[in-house]
Amino acid sequence: MNIVVLVKQVPDSGSERKLDPADNTVARAGADNVINEMDEYAIEEALVVKEAHGGEVTILTVGPDSAADAIRKALSMGADRAVHVTDEAMHGSCAVQTSAVLAAALQQMDYDLILCGAESTDGQVSVMPALLAERLGIPQLSGARKLTIDDGVAKVERQTDGGFWALEAPLPAIVSTWDTINEPRYPSFKGIMAAKKKPVETKTLADLGIDPSTVGLASATSQVLDFSGRPPKGEGVKVADEGDGADKLVEYLASQKIV
Amino acid sequence: MLDYRLDEETEALRKTVREFSLDVIAPRIGEYYERDEFPTDIVRQMGELGLFGLPFPEEYGGAGGDYFHLCVALEELARVDSSVAITLEAGVSLGAMPIFRFGTEEQKREWLPRLCAGEALGAFGLTEPGGGSDAGATRTTARLEDGHWVINGSKAFITNSGTELTALVTVTAVTGTRPDGGKEISAILVPAGTPGLTVGQRYSKVGWNASDTRELSFSDVRVPEENLVGERGRGYAQFLSILDEGRVAISALAVGLAQGCVDESVKYAAQREAFGQPIGRNQAVQFMIADMEVRASTARLAYYRAAEKMLRGEPFKREAAIAKLYSSECAVDNARAATQVHGGYGFMNEFPVGRFYRDAKILEIGEGTSEVQRMLIARDLGVG
Ligand SMILES: Cc1cc2nc3c(=O)[nH]c(=O)nc-3n(C[C@H](O)[C@H](O)[C@H](O)COP(=O)(O)OP(=O)(O)OC[C@H]3O[C@@H](n4cnc5c(N)ncnc54)[C@H](O)[C@@H]3O)c2cc1C
Repeated sequence: MNIVVLVKQVPDSGSERKLDPADNTVARAGADNVINEMDEYAIEEALVVKEAHGGEVTILTVGPDSAADAIRKALSMGADRAVHVTDEAMHGSCAVQTSAVLAAALQQMDYDLILCGAESTDGQVSVMPALLAERLGIPQLSGARKLTIDDGVAKVERQTDGGFWALEAPLPAIVSTWDTINEPRYPSFKGIMAAKKKPVETKTLADLGIDPSTVGLASATSQVLDFSGRPPKGEGVKVADEGDGADKLVEYLASQKIV
Repeated sequence: MLDYRLDEETEALRKTVREFSLDVIAPRIGEYYERDEFPTDIVRQMGELGLFGLPFPEEYGGAGGDYFHLCVALEELARVDSSVAITLEAGVSLGAMPIFRFGTEEQKREWLPRLCAGEALGAFGLTEPGGGSDAGATRTTARLEDGHWVINGSKAFITNSGTELTALVTVTAVTGTRPDGGKEISAILVPAGTPGLTVGQRYSKVGWNASDTRELSFSDVRVPEENLVGERGRGYAQFLSILDEGRVAISALAVGLAQGCVDESVKYAAQREAFGQPIGRNQAVQFMIADMEVRASTARLAYYRAAEKMLRGEPFKREAAIAKLYSSECAVDNARAATQVHGGYGFMNEFPVGRFYRDAKILEIGEGTSEVQRMLIARDLGVG
């Protein structure tokens, strides 16, 4: 089974993140860049599927040269090889453009199963699996909290607010995962050492046959016009207890639609 | 050429251990510490991460790294918690290392794979109730009797000697008299559970409360003659060389604690307010934290230097003693300053610096007291 995992490098959601005021794109230089958290679950799931069914796990990343760090971490967790699409012209690309690049790269690869995180912590548009399914003409099973592969069929439990949906689709398919699906492993030192020797193939837009003018900020389908910082925390509400404190608390919680 | 940057793999290891410490250890270690309990499941997870096999070759189940990799991992663990760090340090440099360095091929094959996987823990029994610094004063005896060593005596303060995972303790014992009339001291491997070996209660300690330290007593404990580790009569010299390495590891652990004090103080100084502003606005607080950072980073250089000489195969006794002495004193100073920055909360067990304060002092005592380190340095300089 050939498994491809889409991995994106993002600024660490645990530290302060900024937009670049020059062009309103995510400021990646100077940020603490890490693997998008949800993607780690996709990598882990790929390794679990590989352990059960055999095959190979390939990491596919579109991103600047610095994304090589994210790739190395994925390889040290146990993935076998990686494809890194990197091209200056990609800077500021929107999700639709990025999906065209990913689809072109995937068309040059063998895959039975494509895994990705259900969202990225920088853009949070959560549309990539759907865009890719459309472009590749394969089914998407999104938001999985459980995945089983059985006789060429992928079965997932799609997590919802109220419970889950049981879905299945024939392979090849694309599956996106939530953080409820597993507990990602830490890379072991052996894995870290082994990652050095694993093949990483670098590709440009030209290698994928993509016209550079169709990607990047200038021709993006969406644009960030303006942004502002998070407003400072408000004062909060003080409830003075004059015998009716509990009622007032409930009133307040209800007014905020918390209860 | 001078280059103290970590290479890519070591940096990746450092980051992994950092992540593990923050995600797995930090949220839970306080409870174990309060309960005086050994965190068996955290230690098992450290085993799965491959930390116990770091400096050993793959043929014995190790990770194929070196002693510096172990030091970097110890520093990152101790930045969050010292109990788990000393469990790793003692397990590797006192438990497994004597077998790897001096053991027979059979002993290595029998013990190292499980020790490297962290499924089993080894301990090293040198100190006795009657004395630690004067290690040559060993009173425990072992006599040969029809192909078996018969061991009698007791050992004090032995780390990792009574956990669920403990598989063996290597002890030093007097096995005869040297031609010059002195004691012949040898090292002998005693598997856990051997009849006659009594493992005492856990000591009630000031710090390192989530690590396991016990007294052991030996009453006609019989183990096969092949359990001798290394050469007969070389026990004393062997453990001295083990201790030199161990000092570099303890130094890394001390640097971790010193750095943890900086981390916590920087955070706290920004968030705690007094007189209408964060306490970090006061120069007095800034200077305390700046001094803490100076100590942590200079102490780090000291252990890097010792490790570098060790890995190059050069004599490193002096550098190891310097690193151990300096970094343990820095750890104690930083713990005191960090507690001061935290005010009354620094005296509370629930704050990491409260733990750091209690954990720091032992670093000036274990694996050679500060006085012993000064003796070693002076002797190496030819003084006295
Ligand atoms: C938590 C913990 C874990 C430990 N784990 C282990 C372990 O796993 N294995 C093991 O074998 N041991 C272990 N030890 C023992 C430790 O190594 C000894 O406590 C240490 O070496 C000091 O020995 P001592 O306690 O007998 O002190 P002593 O040797 O009695 O020293 C008391 C004081 O006298 C000073 N002193 C002694 N001789 C001289 C001298 N010639 N000149 C100047 N000053 C001198 C010392 O520096 C010290 O200040 C552990 C101890 C603790 C507390």
